[in-house]
Amino acid sequence: MPLSGLEIYKLLPKTNCKECGFPTCLAFAMKLAAKQAELSACPYVSEEAKQALAAAAAPPIRLVTLGTERSFSVGNETVLFRHEKTFYHEPGLALRVKDTDPALEEKVALVDGFSVERVGMNLVMNALAIENASGDAGTFAGAVAKARAKTKLPFILMSDSPDAMKAALEKEGGMKPLVYAASDGNVEAMAALAKAHGASLAVKAETLDGLAALTEKATAAGVEDLVLDPMPRHLAGALAAFTQLRRLALKKNFRPLGYPIIAFAGNGANSPEEETIAAAQAICKYAGIIVLDHFDAADVYALMTLRQNIYTDPQKPIQVSPGLYEINSPKPGDPLMVTTNFSLTYFSVAGEVEGAGKPAWLLVTDSEGMSVLTAWAAGKFDAEVIAKAVKNFQVESKINHHKIIIPGFVATISGDLEEELPGWEVLVGPREAVDIPAYLKLWQ
Amino acid sequence: MPTTVEIPKEKWTGKVREVTLGATPSNGGTRGREVVVGGEATLPFLHFEGAIPHPPVVAVEILDRYPDDWAAPLKEVWGDVMKDPAAWARKAEELGAELIMLKLTLNESGAADGARAADVVKAVLGATTLPLIVRGPGQAEADNAMLVPVCEKAAGERIAVGLCEDKNYRTIVAAAMANNHLVIASTPIDVNLAKQLNILISDMRMPMERILMDPTTGALGYGIEYTYSVMERLRLAALSGDSMTQQPMICFVGEESWRQKESRVGQGVPAEWGDWHHRGVIWETVTAVALLEAGADIVTVRHPKTLELVQSTIQKLMAS
Repeated sequence: MPLSGLEIYKLLPKTNCKECGFPTCLAFAMKLAAKQAELSACPYVSEEAKQALAAAAAPPIRLVTLGTERSFSVGNETVLFRHEKTFYHEPGLALRVKDTDPALEEKVALVDGFSVERVGMNLVMNALAIENASGDAGTFAGAVAKARAKTKLPFILMSDSPDAMKAALEKEGGMKPLVYAASDGNVEAMAALAKAHGASLAVKAETLDGLAALTEKATAAGVEDLVLDPMPRHLAGALAAFTQLRRLALKKNFRPLGYPIIAFAGNGANSPEEETIAAAQAICKYAGIIVLDHFDAADVYALMTLRQNIYTDPQKPIQVSPGLYEINSPKPGDPLMVTTNFSLTYFSVAGEVEGAGKPAWLLVTDSEGMSVLTAWAAGKFDAEVIAKAVKNFQVESKINHHKIIIPGFVATISGDLEEELPGWEVLVGPREAVDIPAYLKLWQ
Repeated sequence: MPTTVEIPKEKWTGKVREVTLGATPSNGGTRGREVVVGGEATLPFLHFEGAIPHPPVVAVEILDRYPDDWAAPLKEVWGDVMKDPAAWARKAEELGAELIMLKLTLNESGAADGARAADVVKAVLGATTLPLIVRGPGQAEADNAMLVPVCEKAAGERIAVGLCEDKNYRTIVAAAMANNHLVIASTPIDVNLAKQLNILISDMRMPMERILMDPTTGALGYGIEYTYSVMERLRLAALSGDSMTQQPMICFVGEESWRQKESRVGQGVPAEWGDWHHRGVIWETVTAVALLEAGADIVTVRHPKTLELVQSTIQKLMAS
């Protein structure tokens, strides 16, 4: 948690010697708080002040990175509620596979290759959790080797046995895995393994006290990249524990628990649907890594969509650039449609036109990333805006007709638009993008 | 030396108002039970911090006519009961619905038939013991033409009627007040507009204990994050003591979720979207669960499987 200028001032010598280049210690403190000066500019600063300032500058939830070629990072969050700023690092989604599973390689390939496009982004799985269900070090290491041959995804290696973990780490390929997990009995051994292999380390305990004790032992052993598993027994327990961890890190700046959280959505779930629900809660409420036990495309797609939604910056809706877009190589005589530059709107409309196989011109106005109805209500998608876009993007030089199709939701602006665009015919299209193919079939 | 971690708790100064839907015979209605929502003195399901006296509830959405335009998986699963609103409501009650949400529509010629609407509401009330929510078609004139006779015909039943919007609330509020009903105040994803409409409605002397808030629902993938955040902001304001934000919240999840391409379309979509029927249910369920985590007190759903999944989730979240 950053210190205020006054808090920093209290740590300075207060001699106003000006050697830092600022007229007073207070002025220097204010610049430090604004991150416009470096503490090293003060020749007389105490060791105690240096440590306090360094600690305050560190993020309250440590950023932890798993993987190399297909890495992902979690942590470094700064708020409890996304409207306060934004959530920064989307939770990684992993599938758990047992080292005894005969379908292991098949599942690895599925997770590795799964990708679904949504509003111009490719949504993918981030990791593979391999569990030492056999209890045998050789079987575990063998499964890890087999999986590594199929994917560059980071692994979460799950075993309580340091011997099995050691064997698996040797076959893992040095791709920054997560060692899961250190507990009361094995924390020294697991921390030593994580340190030796450049891995991050998960700690598990049923109480927050237990977790804090483990992270202190792990950091003392030199492992800084930690992940917390509070081992919740049910859905309500997970919500409470994850909320408490996030609050302790952000509001109390409690370092021993300032790490990302791992959630096992399948633990305690009686059906695949219940697991998906637990994962949805974990996305909303503070998980950094979410491990699934089943892989169903519809479930995973829904969870990835929720993750994308919750981690969208509330200050910056996803936008596309305004302009005249060509879909399916249109000719001058093909239809002209207009919509707003909210990403979801653009991709819904463009996707339907593409899917219909009809060539068309799609004029995208600058509506500050708002959807059609929102933009219309805010005066950002009215006749004037559309007419301006027609001129700015030189639509008349590309097409040989004067017909423009507007979204059905803004049918009321037809009259105004005909006034703004003299000689044009304004056609009212469907309200929903999904009805565009049927509409285009009828277009003359 | 063992660390002792102090559990961080917020000291909230406000709580959500309790609102009672439905009236039993002793309270002037005919319902088999009353449903109380609200009363939370903490954020959703944080039992370690404050009281949550009533669980959120799930309403099943039905229509006053056969829903030709609904997605095929819904028509398959409900079957013939959809042809009769009373039979549909009865089936929903059998499946465990806690409330019925009846959506009224315009007739074939696009007109608002108030007398018919009132008859349908009467029939549904006769077919189920559950409290009822009734929504108009969503156009000011039609809503007024239909909801006024509905309020009169259902006098004393303490149904919730809506939607009241800033441009059209007076007629509906007056009819609800005169007949001992509740109203749903609907605003477009905005804290201040929500507060303002609550103030306008209470200025008409409608008691605050008879107002539900609809923050406007965006489905998963289609604006859910806006709804989610405005609900969190409204709930934080309520718990911080802002009286005009302390109404229980209702989310029309089924309607929004099943309107989207993922739920409506089974052909010509990417294989990565998975099985259509299952996807529709999961889309609706995940939308409902995320909004419950943000503070929803009532969610309305369309699919029976969603009803089951969301209810069991609420049960688990209420176990402290």
